Amino acid sequence: MKYMLMMHAPRGTGDWQVFNWPPEDLKAHIGFMGRFAEELTRSGELVGAEGLAGPDEARIVRAGKDGAPEVTDGPFPESKEFLAGYWIVDVESPQRAYEIAARASAAPGRGGVPLNMRIEVRQVMSAPPVEQ
Amino acid sequence: MTAASLDFTGENLLRELAPQVLGATIRRFGDFSAAEDAVQEALLAAAVQWPEEGVPDNPRGWLIHVAARRMTDQLRADLARRRRETVVMMQTPAPPPLAAFASSFGEPGFAERTDQDDTLILLFMCCHPALTRPSAIALTLRAVGGLTTAEIANAFLVPEATMAQRISRAKQRIKTSGIPFRMPTDRERAERLSAVLHVLYLTFNEGYASSIGPTLSRTDLSNEAIRLTRAVHALLPNDPEVAGLLALMLLTDARRPARTGPDGELIPLTEQDRSLWDREAIAEGIAIITRTLSKGSIGVYQLQAAIAAIHDEASRVEDTDWPQILALYGLLRRMSDNPMLTLNYAIASAMVNGPPAGLELLKSLDADERLAGHYRLDAVRAHLLEMAGDRDAAIAHYRKAAGRTSSIPERNYLTTKAARLAAERK
Repeated sequence: MKYMLMMHAPRGTGDWQVFNWPPEDLKAHIGFMGRFAEELTRSGELVGAEGLAGPDEARIVRAGKDGAPEVTDGPFPESKEFLAGYWIVDVESPQRAYEIAARASAAPGRGGVPLNMRIEVRQVMSAPPVEQ
Repeated sequence: MTAASLDFTGENLLRELAPQVLGATIRRFGDFSAAEDAVQEALLAAAVQWPEEGVPDNPRGWLIHVAARRMTDQLRADLARRRRETVVMMQTPAPPPLAAFASSFGEPGFAERTDQDDTLILLFMCCHPALTRPSAIALTLRAVGGLTTAEIANAFLVPEATMAQRISRAKQRIKTSGIPFRMPTDRERAERLSAVLHVLYLTFNEGYASSIGPTLSRTDLSNEAIRLTRAVHALLPNDPEVAGLLALMLLTDARRPARTGPDGELIPLTEQDRSLWDREAIAEGIAIITRTLSKGSIGVYQLQAAIAAIHDEASRVEDTDWPQILALYGLLRRMSDNPMLTLNYAIASAMVNGPPAGLELLKSLDADERLAGHYRLDAVRAHLLEMAGDRDAAIAHYRKAAGRTSSIPERNYLTTKAARLAAERK
């Protein structure tokens, strides 16, 4: 079964939180994310993963009256978290998806302390079951 | 040749023959789209049969023959279907015998006479200005490069079905726009060749710029772009811009081993371990560009290659001949109105005349809409501010650039730069 693991990273105060980390903490965090993706590839569970560009570049689009795009800046500035990236994994059980999500959540932050980020876990829809 | 000898060389042979076989097939049957499908099938058949049965004595003839058979089978099936459909409504005379199509195909000397021209004509077709650049790149890699749709999809990290659609739409576009299978006229030639070179350049960049970390498959794109540019250079040895582009690719690609660190992090040119650079590629690139520049007619690829050569010639970063690089960017700016060139000009200017001179040049770009919100402007400004010793402003611009880039390695690099400066401040 496939799951999408969405990483909601802390936004920080007025700025992107990682900007205020010391360089060695940043290096540890980047290194962790690289190794994490490698591990999931090696275990044969990684379907896909993408990091997303900075939240300041995000836009919210709605169809206007005539169907034309109405574009506004978003996510909203008061939000404490933003979607920073996602993984799609193909695993044996929901428990395994939760384990992977917990590993991602505990990515090292400032001073190497686990970030405990919020990871939203959603099952990816699949084909209908085979008729018996 | 024995069965076992179809290894890497065999695959290269197929890829080299692909455009020649396609050219011959289009020449005979006229239909680019159908011919392209038939040639792909012939290449697949060869990839399956040759390793088992050995490479035939005349591999090109074999491929042309198989492609032609696919074409006639297809035409026959189409005609039969059409006949079945029309026969219901009215009796129509039988279509002309198909034998006429295939008869002159085995004519000796037919393929040989036009192989070289065909490869070029194909390139001109695939890189036609009527196509979008992504379509042109995909079509070139398949029709001229002989890559499969799956390989191209893999290189661009998109699903195979998506890439198949992109290619099929591109072929449809060529069909409907009625682009003839012939050399461009003298009047069209310069513009059409520059489109070909641009497609090859973009293909190279696509592979080079993103060949970071685990996405190693993408380096294949750079290698393929170099292979194709080599082929064009062999066909047009006297064209200075083709030579310039080949030299530029070789001189840039030579630095690839030094461009990333152990954790896949990006290492800028000024901090690279130059002993890791590929000396052989540098020597070849320098030889090509030196030979070409001495001939006179200067163009943008030659100038960029000359700049790359100056960087590659400096065994230590402090040996870089910045005044000459500044002069070359000055020439480039006169030939092409591209704000990215001004960015590089500003860096060179800062290296020669000091950071304030570079920062002054950047001011002119603030109002340039083509660059509005582009992270590169912030990144270069941050770099020059750092050089000037204005640490706080540098940190702010590194962060701004990091928030704007759409490349993860680039973002990691910029964020780390900001973090290092912030740590020094304490």
